[in-house]
Amino acid sequence: MFALANTLKERGVLGLNQRNAEYTLWHNPRHLYPLVDDKLTTKRLAEHAGLAVPQLYGTIEIQRQVRTLPELLQPYEDFVIKPAQGSGGDGIVVITGRRKARYRKVSGQLISQEALDHHVANILSGLYSLGGHPDKALIEYRVKFDPIFESISFQGVPDVRIIVFLGVPVMAMVRLPTKMSDGKANLHQGAIGVGIDLATGKTLSGVWNNEIVIEHPDTEHPVQGVQIPWWDLLLNIAARSYELTGLGYQGVDMVLDRDQGPLILELNARPGLNIQIANQAGLYPRLKLVEQCHSELSGLEARLAFAKERFHCPPT
Amino acid sequence: MSKRHLYVLVTMLCALSLGAFAYKTLILKFPLIAETQASLWDIEVHISFHAKNKPVKVSLFLPKNTRRYAIVDENFISHGFGLSTLKDNQNRQAIWSKRRAKGKQSLYYRGTVHRIEVTEPPADKSAPQSETSTLTGAKLEAAKAVLNEIVDRSADTSSLVSELTGRLRRPDRDQNLLLLLGKKSTAEKTLHVAAEILALARIPARIVHGVRLQSHSGQPQFVHWLQVFDGGLWKSYDPETGNPKLPDDYFTWWRGAEPVTELTGGSGLDMTVSIAPNQEEAIEAAMLQSQFAAPKFLEFSLFALPLDKQAVYRVLLMVPLGAFLLLILRNVIGIKTFGTFMPILIALAFRETQLLWGIILFSLVVALGLSMRFYLEHLKLLLVPRLAAILIIVVLLMAILSIISHKLGLERGLSVALFPMVILTMTIERMCIVWEERGAQESIQQGLGSLTVAVLTYVAMTLPHVEHLLFVFPELLLLLLAGTLLLGRYSGFRLLELRRFKALAQDSG
Repeated sequence: MFALANTLKERGVLGLNQRNAEYTLWHNPRHLYPLVDDKLTTKRLAEHAGLAVPQLYGTIEIQRQVRTLPELLQPYEDFVIKPAQGSGGDGIVVITGRRKARYRKVSGQLISQEALDHHVANILSGLYSLGGHPDKALIEYRVKFDPIFESISFQGVPDVRIIVFLGVPVMAMVRLPTKMSDGKANLHQGAIGVGIDLATGKTLSGVWNNEIVIEHPDTEHPVQGVQIPWWDLLLNIAARSYELTGLGYQGVDMVLDRDQGPLILELNARPGLNIQIANQAGLYPRLKLVEQCHSELSGLEARLAFAKERFHCPPT
Repeated sequence: MSKRHLYVLVTMLCALSLGAFAYKTLILKFPLIAETQASLWDIEVHISFHAKNKPVKVSLFLPKNTRRYAIVDENFISHGFGLSTLKDNQNRQAIWSKRRAKGKQSLYYRGTVHRIEVTEPPADKSAPQSETSTLTGAKLEAAKAVLNEIVDRSADTSSLVSELTGRLRRPDRDQNLLLLLGKKSTAEKTLHVAAEILALARIPARIVHGVRLQSHSGQPQFVHWLQVFDGGLWKSYDPETGNPKLPDDYFTWWRGAEPVTELTGGSGLDMTVSIAPNQEEAIEAAMLQSQFAAPKFLEFSLFALPLDKQAVYRVLLMVPLGAFLLLILRNVIGIKTFGTFMPILIALAFRETQLLWGIILFSLVVALGLSMRFYLEHLKLLLVPRLAAILIIVVLLMAILSIISHKLGLERGLSVALFPMVILTMTIERMCIVWEERGAQESIQQGLGSLTVAVLTYVAMTLPHVEHLLFVFPELLLLLLAGTLLLGRYSGFRLLELRRFKALAQDSG
């Protein structure tokens, strides 16, 4: 047991206690949390800074507004409804089309207007929000993901997460939905996490349920060695989100849209640690390195160059 | 920088805690281990009532020295009332009086009794006058009939009393006894009837009231028994068994038919009795000594509190220990629980219900509540009404469980009422949401995790030696605080994380 702990420590694996005690508690001032805990705030912040986000169709903030939902949805064939303060992807409904009076979910299942209303009411009452606070429901553009992911994801939208420390991208992964994860991009629900080489934007091996995989279990296409398109732009957006929020340690979640390119989905002040499993590498040495060299890095370009140079992954 | 600050603080706390602890053990000689056999007991009576701005008089029977117990110390807190004590050959009585009093009044009596071993009962030379029977009419005839029957079946006074109490305990078919006992017979009433019948036979008898000297979890109840004058001395009869031998811990309080306390000139008379084992001569001695070494010291110790408050603090001081254990289980081991402190509250409830019953009742309420919650899911209720509905269901479930277990004769089941219902409600709601979103396995896993943590904290919080240590040396809590602060900066792996990151340790190893 201690041997295992020592091995993990040697490899620089960051544990939950260490992440909290040495990174989030130090580098993420509490008063900045509301900027990322509410997706609506994040969206406005990003738009203001000129970063692309999925277009907002409308919000529903009070129970009474739920009645106007059909009218609000009228112009759109497909859309996404999500809680503004949700966590871990809970409470997100993706509608891909309509069939008579019903909506078609991404799984192909049909859902009635009444059921959709109830779902929105649940979001408003805080069912999916952190701490059960009353929440808002956002209705936004449904991302049509880049064809590159067509062969290596099941139903849902794959997203790219980059951990940014003091403005320097330190680790990245792409999360691929599977049948098991029910189209959701959450690792603990059965999605595949695939590490990305920061220097090139090429995928490394993947992890599925704590096992290393090189093929997508549903499509049987290789997940390794895939070049993520728009990689430099993705890194650029991630690094800029440090100035956006001021949070020293954050996870930037982005999606790649077929037409619009990278869009920021959300920012996370307490990003999970599974990214280490996907990359087969510990975060700690990279964070230490950034801490040491941080004072010498002035400007966005210097930070990006630093990340690409230092966090290049030699194929093992 | 801040780490050094933390270490300095922790060192100071440890030094303070251990210093006070060492001073109390080494110099004042406070006992480290609780004595198992208590020979000293503290008895405290708290009388409260509302005075109505007119002359008030309160009487209270006081315990007096008996063959088995001696009162070694007693005092009264009278709050401006005049106090006199009366003594006759049967009882001692305290009378508090005041010309004019208004509002809520509180009076205290506190005594310390010592168990003494007297083998030779003192012979009571003067045979007491037997009371004349007060029965008349039909009751008198009934009593005579009963007496005749039992006299026929007994050889001496002792067997007569055994026969009488035996019959009084089971008056099922005897019309005479039923007439005498009336519709609602209580233990006390039964003894009255027994005394009346014995008076008819010219055997002197009296009712004695007392308490059991043992650690009570709630309010100690008065017990009543019969004393019969036989062969030159008073013999006690256990009303439960009819044996002329009482349990060892019966402590005589007063004799006769009057209630223990009476009030004139006020209303709302309430009396609470608390009994606790005294912290032994060792602490008494230590306290005497500390009065010389540190005169102010005693005034600020927990022993200066009233007894019932002391009992509260005995429990409260264990809560930090539970919190510390919870901290280790969550942050070092990595067990997931519903709600941060929920397991501690459940563990506190377990103290009253006992472990096995606690687990059964908790699982029952949560399981039933959860099934009701799943039903509510279909109604599509908004959050707050839904929570209120679950709370109502939880209270109903608790009431139903109490009634069922009472009917089945399982008195422990009644203690389900002690569960914190709001915490149960939140647990049910959270479990249900996790169930829907992350699946049954995750939900049950977290539920079992919470229960395991609750059981472990319960075990830690009920260790008698630890309870004694924390109560006598509350400064040890500073040590816990220091440990908690240190763990607040613990940045190592959680035990269960090792399993999660195992894949990272394997490959190139």
